[in-house]
Amino acid sequence: MRLYVEVARKTFARIATYRQATLAGVFTNTVFGFVLAYVLLAVYRERETVGGFDAIDAVTFTFVAQGLLMVVGIFGSADFPERITTGDVVVDLQRPYDQQAWWAAVSYGNAAYYAIFRGIPPFVAGAVVFDLRMPSFPSFAAFVVSAFLAVGACFAWTYLLQLSAFWLMDYRGPNQIGSFVAQFFAGVFIPIVFFPSWLETTARATPFPSMMQLPIEVWLGRHQDAALLGVFAQQVFWIGVLVVAGRYVMSRAVGRVVVQGG
Amino acid sequence: MVWRHLVGARIRADWQYRTSFFLFLLGQSLIACLDIAVIASIFTNVDSLGGWSGYEVALLFGLGGVSFGVADLLISQVETASRHIKAGTFDLFLLRPLSPLVHLSASEFALRRLGRVIQPFIVLVVALFKAPIDWRVETALLIPVAIAAGIVIFGAIWVITSSIVFWTVDSQEVASAFTYGGNMATQYPLDVLGVWMRRIATFVLPLAFVAYFPAARMLDHHEPLGLPNIVAWAAPAVAVIAALGARAVWGFAIRHYRSTGS
Repeated sequence: MRLYVEVARKTFARIATYRQATLAGVFTNTVFGFVLAYVLLAVYRERETVGGFDAIDAVTFTFVAQGLLMVVGIFGSADFPERITTGDVVVDLQRPYDQQAWWAAVSYGNAAYYAIFRGIPPFVAGAVVFDLRMPSFPSFAAFVVSAFLAVGACFAWTYLLQLSAFWLMDYRGPNQIGSFVAQFFAGVFIPIVFFPSWLETTARATPFPSMMQLPIEVWLGRHQDAALLGVFAQQVFWIGVLVVAGRYVMSRAVGRVVVQGG
Repeated sequence: MVWRHLVGARIRADWQYRTSFFLFLLGQSLIACLDIAVIASIFTNVDSLGGWSGYEVALLFGLGGVSFGVADLLISQVETASRHIKAGTFDLFLLRPLSPLVHLSASEFALRRLGRVIQPFIVLVVALFKAPIDWRVETALLIPVAIAAGIVIFGAIWVITSSIVFWTVDSQEVASAFTYGGNMATQYPLDVLGVWMRRIATFVLPLAFVAYFPAARMLDHHEPLGLPNIVAWAAPAVAVIAALGARAVWGFAIRHYRSTGS
């Protein structure tokens, strides 16, 4: 366990050196947040609420979502699949640690950094122009727990996608498809309460709302007491399913690895 | 034509890994499908957005999407300049008897991006049948003119915003705010945006000329953003100015370039 904590800490320190990239990302998240917020506000000029969200809920959702994108890491990462494609993974496999746990630790290290430096600024920028909903203290605490679980669920999903690199020359295709499907059903483009009800029901049956929609609903105070525990349980359930799937696929993949050269 | 040879080589190379290629193509089409699904979801909640009906917004989506897709196919490769600068391989492009921009966009050409064009094209065709277009010779002529101008405008935005990496190498993501963010903004009637954003989209980053003004002309919407809708015919001139601007910025950036290395 100490090893993984150390990995997360070092990841945090490493990523903290890329200041230009952080600034650039904040700028982009903010621009996307503004465009989406204005589009949603146009919807609210026609009606009062959508799926129980009022205009302030929807705009708050947009900016929290833009801040969470990098925290949960929904775009995936190239670090691990590139080690597979180049064959470097062979070195990793000889080392006495668990691959999945290692990359999970990296994800959590990233998440901690992004939570501060990519999560807060777009929200503050949004709050300057729009009315945003600040959570009560208990809601915020619950949000932090839910976001923490969202990082795990999202990691487990992207890890599963990245393992396709063992079978395909170019992992980016499946990665891109998987990431976009996740973003769509997680509510990144629009909150899933905007979907027609059959599509929302479908979305809620997938692991993806656990990666974004649910934590933000918690922020908005839409789940209290028992319902809140239900949200956490749902997130933990999906982490379990995806982690087990990842371990299974990895065990199959390792059987295929052939070290070239000699 | 060196460009044709280089692009041909890229296509043949991609074709060697067919599964990856098709997965990637599928991924790109899927992204475009999810884009339209977002808009369709919004229109299950409201009948009009900023005074535009569903099929009218589909016309915007089609015009903007086709322009963006073709620009993505032909010129978005300029994004990779950041990677080449970091790796020190950008020197290569300056040492060949070929314009660095042409060389870069040819050698990073990826046919799979065609997936980004197919789907908006279908939406465009449907919208042309279904939207209440004021069919005249002039408005029909506006379709190819608007698309051609849109390609050039998006291309110029790509080149200008990517040029920033010659000064701050890690800030490629800023470009995404204008390119992908710009694409998203053109999918909606610009009336929904805040006043300051509308001004930017008209006078600074001429996104309004890609789809919004031409569509307003075709649909006979009076006074889009307070301007007479004949302004749509300024699109070619705006495109030429954008292209000249891009050329100047890129030329300036290239001259500023200093190689990495020790």
